[in-house]
Amino acid sequence: MTQIKPKRVLPGFRLTLGFALTYLTVMILIPLLGLFAKTFTMGWHAFYLTATSARVLASLRLSFGTAVIAAAVNAAFGVLIAWVLVRYKFPGKRIIDALVDIPFALPTAVAGIALTQMYAPHGWIGKWLAPLGIKVAFTPLGIIIALVFTGLPFVVRTVQPVLASVDPELEEAAATLGSNRWRTFWRILVPEILPALLTGFALAFARGAGEYGSVVFISGNLPFRTEIAPLLIITKLDQYDYTGATALAVIMLAISFSILLFINFYQHGRAAAFRHAGS
Amino acid sequence: MSQVLFAETPTKLLTQEFGRVVHRDPLWARILLIGTASLFVVLLVLVPVAFVFVEALSKGFSVFWQAINHPDAVAAFKLTALTSTIAVALNLLFGLAAAWAITKFSFRGKSFLVTLIDLPFSVSPVISGLVFVLLFGAQGWFGVWLQQHDIKIIFAWPSILLATIFVTFPFIARELMPVMEALGHEEEEAAVTLGASGWQIFWRVTLPNIRWALFYAVILCSARAIGEFGAVSVVSGHIRGETNTAPLHVELLYNEYATAAAFSIAAILALFALASLVLKAMAERWITTDLYSDFIFRSKT
Repeated sequence: MTQIKPKRVLPGFRLTLGFALTYLTVMILIPLLGLFAKTFTMGWHAFYLTATSARVLASLRLSFGTAVIAAAVNAAFGVLIAWVLVRYKFPGKRIIDALVDIPFALPTAVAGIALTQMYAPHGWIGKWLAPLGIKVAFTPLGIIIALVFTGLPFVVRTVQPVLASVDPELEEAAATLGSNRWRTFWRILVPEILPALLTGFALAFARGAGEYGSVVFISGNLPFRTEIAPLLIITKLDQYDYTGATALAVIMLAISFSILLFINFYQHGRAAAFRHAGS
Repeated sequence: MSQVLFAETPTKLLTQEFGRVVHRDPLWARILLIGTASLFVVLLVLVPVAFVFVEALSKGFSVFWQAINHPDAVAAFKLTALTSTIAVALNLLFGLAAAWAITKFSFRGKSFLVTLIDLPFSVSPVISGLVFVLLFGAQGWFGVWLQQHDIKIIFAWPSILLATIFVTFPFIARELMPVMEALGHEEEEAAVTLGASGWQIFWRVTLPNIRWALFYAVILCSARAIGEFGAVSVVSGHIRGETNTAPLHVELLYNEYATAAAFSIAAILALFALASLVLKAMAERWITTDLYSDFIFRSKT
């Protein structure tokens, strides 16, 4: 029997898909392909030399290292904030909820100069930390604080709806079976919110590794010490080292894409297992 | 049974469910958790935002007023307004087209297309600028041709526009898709059987249903477009009064140690961000109302 193709009832399929694909190709795909094509023109040897130069490695380690730490801080506090917002009622709750979105809406350069000025040795917060011997501005710690700021909404906003949809009966059932609150949290709630938490973590991490505006002011920008990878790309561009900038960009993209791909596969796998269990 | 359930408002259902949970955690635990979370958010987010306004007015209102009325600052605001308006308008067209194609039809490679739309999210802003330098810069693929025809893209406003579009590309499509998915396509199909044309369906059926989601998406996209820094920084050339956008002007003033002036421009940008959040919160409530009335409508038919 030949399969009958379902007839499309609604109009506009060719027009909308055609426009969407054209716009996507012109604005995103061609520019990105141009980037990869550029690395092919430089040859493997030159690419390898750029990729393994000490300064490039140091900047990649700094960018991805601080991004992992910041995303981990965001994961812990993100779950806490989501929990408090979903489960409790308290005065000022709506304000806290609204504040979570600010890092998303505030221009990164504005956040960057504010954090730098605050954490500088004579700033609002820096002057309290300086006597304790804690230096924040112009150190990796400053980069981490800036990245915690920019990454805050990701974990909260991915975990919040999932936490809200967890059936309270699950927890009640666990409680009637004698499980204490802490155990219920780890055994019932954590598995439920883990996929969302992982997504939020990955988004915050990918965003943090590539972040520029909020970090560049507070980082100090010393080569080998506090120079983030996006800044090194700009430095290379300013020196007309187009191939070097491109090589570093391709390495960063490769790392970010593979992390997001891994997360996608993980969730796809989980969804498939869920369907299987349900059937 | 179902009629009884649907008569309840969704918020009532939520409080009923969570009413049981709320009472289970001891008071000290609740206070500790709420306190820690609130302190974290206030210190991390509220203090820096307040700090921007304090610094902007630290040298008095007249310094603030002069800083934002300086010809270079005005030019920067105008450039930001121009490029972000065009970028949001084009991304809006794309978002509507993509969401229509993806949510109203099934076709091969749909999930791959959604992945491609998400791509710019994982690209560093600096790289989003770099790709256009590689295409249109003096040493780029089209560099020689552009020079021969005397067309300037890099270090001029067209590249600022392109970089802004790239960075804010997924926002509107990603916001519209789940809402249009949830609304389904029965209403549109009913309109087809009644003889409506494609445009009529869009203007009379789809648009009224998604208006608040659309508004929300435009707000979100505008906030990001206005504030874009890294991508624009790579392609702009930083020419004062010409190719400097408002966020770039903040950087320029800050690096010149004109701190109060830098924070004055920053305060205006922060005001826009706060306004966008207020509008967004309003839109969010209306979206829930729209989806909920659709839910009621369906449960009764």
